[in-house]
Amino acid sequence: MSEALSPAESTSSRKVHEFFLDNGLQVIVIPDHRAPVVTQMLWYKVGSADDPKGVSGLAHFVEHLMFKGTEANPPGQFAKVLARNGGEFNAFTRNDVTAYFERVAKDRLPTVMALEADRMSNLRFSADEVKSERDVVLEERRSRVENTPAAILQERMMSALFPGHPYGIPVIGWYEEIEGFSPEAAVEFYKRYYAPNNAVLVIAGDVTPDEVKALAEEHFGDIPASETLEPVRVRPVTAAPSEPVVIHVADPRAGRITVQRYFPVPSYPSAKPGEAEAIDLLMRIVTGGAAGKLYRRLVVEEKLAATAGGGYVRPLRDTGMLAFDAIAAEGASAEQLEEALTRFLAELRDGNISEADLTRAKSSYLAQFVYAADSQDELAAHYGGFLSAGLTLDQIEAWPERIDNVTVADIGKVAATYLDPARSVTGILEPSAETLAA
Amino acid sequence: MDIQRITSPGGITAYLVEHHDNPLISLRFAFRGGSAQDPDDKGGLAYFVTGMLDEGAGDMDAASFQEREQELAIRMDFNAARDLITCSYQTLTARKDEAFDLLKTVLTEPRFDEDATERVKGQILAGLKLDQNNPVNVASRAWSELAFQGHPYSRPIKGSFETVPGITAADLKSYADRVFARDNLIVVAVGDIDAETLAKDLDHIFGGLPEKAQLTPVPDAKLATGPIREIVEMDIPQSIVQFGLKGIMRADPDFLPAYVLNYIIGGGGFNSRLMEEVRVKRGLAYSVNSSLFPFQHAAVFMGRVATKNEAVAESLSVIKQELSRIAEAGPTEDELEDAKRYLTGAYALRFDSSSSIANQLLFLEVEGLGVDYVHERNDLIEAVTLEDVKRVAHRMLDADRLITTIVGKPVAAEADPALGEMA
Repeated sequence: MSEALSPAESTSSRKVHEFFLDNGLQVIVIPDHRAPVVTQMLWYKVGSADDPKGVSGLAHFVEHLMFKGTEANPPGQFAKVLARNGGEFNAFTRNDVTAYFERVAKDRLPTVMALEADRMSNLRFSADEVKSERDVVLEERRSRVENTPAAILQERMMSALFPGHPYGIPVIGWYEEIEGFSPEAAVEFYKRYYAPNNAVLVIAGDVTPDEVKALAEEHFGDIPASETLEPVRVRPVTAAPSEPVVIHVADPRAGRITVQRYFPVPSYPSAKPGEAEAIDLLMRIVTGGAAGKLYRRLVVEEKLAATAGGGYVRPLRDTGMLAFDAIAAEGASAEQLEEALTRFLAELRDGNISEADLTRAKSSYLAQFVYAADSQDELAAHYGGFLSAGLTLDQIEAWPERIDNVTVADIGKVAATYLDPARSVTGILEPSAETLAA
Repeated sequence: MDIQRITSPGGITAYLVEHHDNPLISLRFAFRGGSAQDPDDKGGLAYFVTGMLDEGAGDMDAASFQEREQELAIRMDFNAARDLITCSYQTLTARKDEAFDLLKTVLTEPRFDEDATERVKGQILAGLKLDQNNPVNVASRAWSELAFQGHPYSRPIKGSFETVPGITAADLKSYADRVFARDNLIVVAVGDIDAETLAKDLDHIFGGLPEKAQLTPVPDAKLATGPIREIVEMDIPQSIVQFGLKGIMRADPDFLPAYVLNYIIGGGGFNSRLMEEVRVKRGLAYSVNSSLFPFQHAAVFMGRVATKNEAVAESLSVIKQELSRIAEAGPTEDELEDAKRYLTGAYALRFDSSSSIANQLLFLEVEGLGVDYVHERNDLIEAVTLEDVKRVAHRMLDADRLITTIVGKPVAAEADPALGEMA
């Protein structure tokens, strides 16, 4: 077997820079001079977990509305300008963050900075645009959720995993609450959260820190900080399920039996030192592709699953989750698959990770940093995602070292603590008797 | 960007772009053939082969091989397309020699063990079962079957319940023996490796392959004559509609104007005609788009729209209307200028990571364009005139001849005679 990969072998030679504007905007610069291209990513520290009660989906809705125009850039202008400049753009909303990104030739950076700065403070909300965009979001929900039994099940599982915490409410929102969206609610949300002191600007590509500093001052420097922002985002204390929850969904559209199990765990920002890293490596050993122990057991040895995997959902600010999932093999029942999963997790909890397992997982993990460094998008997402979830730049840079320091004992400890069946949510999706075809 | 053409001592050629600021090497290579080489009764064979290449090689069974992959932290991904098998193979510089050794074993000594074959077959069949209830997949399969009747392109790449169960380890080996050869191989390397080292490594990795592939000749396909429409009933709230026409082949001088035209029609996201008319103006759909697919033996212009069942008829009517408008009058001068500005400005974005650079260069070679095209391409796009796109719009967009598949429970679509005969 090869020697373990060292943190040194998994670092690129590029250096990441950080500075803050007076109005609170945090700016990160990641130089990459291989191509005259630049990626801008603006992360607002607001997400669906900040939706007001009864108005779920509002953060996601405001993301949609961010494309609907300002005084200087009327509806459609944003897309036109990007197109005119050969740029790509998109946005997404998650539980704790909403991010907007553009990729352009490097000399167009001032243009896209100007656009983001403009819509950070000058967004306009017309009643017509709000109504028609509401219909679009309903259509989106229909295509992502209502058309998909697996997504329906997932919504119910998240509800059960995080009872009383907003992570248990879908990012896109509940159907009836989307229908109730008003321009007033959107405006209030926007004014509160869309401000420089609530954002992280990441610029990756063919730029220097000095260039970016000058541009950031020019375009974002005059935007005032938000004063209605809560000093710390107030979230309910997380309750976890206290006894196992099992949810069955039978649907004619489900092709195969699938079994999933979720556990609540600390996240990188909320964990004790070293804990999240240990959890991360545990999951790599267990659910890391075909070499993962779960796949090995359920698919190869017991032949009860056609495929099996999972992961550690990160980054989340308040708390995280582990997911284990499997699609049943032909002829295997949900009960058999579930029982095998339970047995596997119980053994894991008792501790069966070896030094060799850990070394292999560390190499694979550290290598990921090299792979990520190949792509501006991935770098911007990595830094932006974790900074906006509450980590510092130093913490992010020291990651390879912290991964390298994890021991087999650390892994054993998190497995014993967090793979507690009493705190799990299981979802079983089965094809129901009727078929879909006419 | 400096693109070198390397020839190994053994005569294998490759393109190389060197970057030494990140310790990563990306190889991207392809074998011509793809799923079009599947025997008629063994649809899904090429796809199955690609699923087996990490299930053992040389003296490693599946478990040992997968552990080795993880240990070396390599990223290996094979893909079967209609006319090609492609592979993306990435390794850290620190693991290069062992990684390339592993790749050589994969290509020259694949195993196709019985238990691994059964397991992967089970996974493919599980995937087919899931696809069966995925309206996007169903629409796509139905469309290919309808449009390419009697030609290998009508067969789904992943195969079907009729064909996959009968595929044996011997079939898999036979495919690999026939297709993995040196005369149908195309290779690109990007990253932390120099020309001299690469040349030696090329012979090491690929030198042991047979010199000549044994490909079955594939005829050119003739697309079915529209209008034809097929409805596949599925009890879902939102229908998926796939619509298409004969397109333009890559080597046709009209291809680039068609490419620009497609951007205007439905390739440009929010800047496209279809998006404007269907989503922005009428709120009818969350997504509507179009693409050009130039295969080796056929070319297709195809689009898709997802909309609630009650809005299918209206959406299709709007799409048809828009295509006819463009066929008649062509795009506007402004639309053409905007499209050209976008396409030329965005080209650089395709070259910003090792894997994306490797991918671009691979496909230039596959399409016979040569890597100098990288420097010529924007000028060629700039040279497209309004006359060109009008001519191509008229040539290609015969909206009365649409081939359409609809999956869902479309309301009142039956009532529209303009949508053509039911298949």
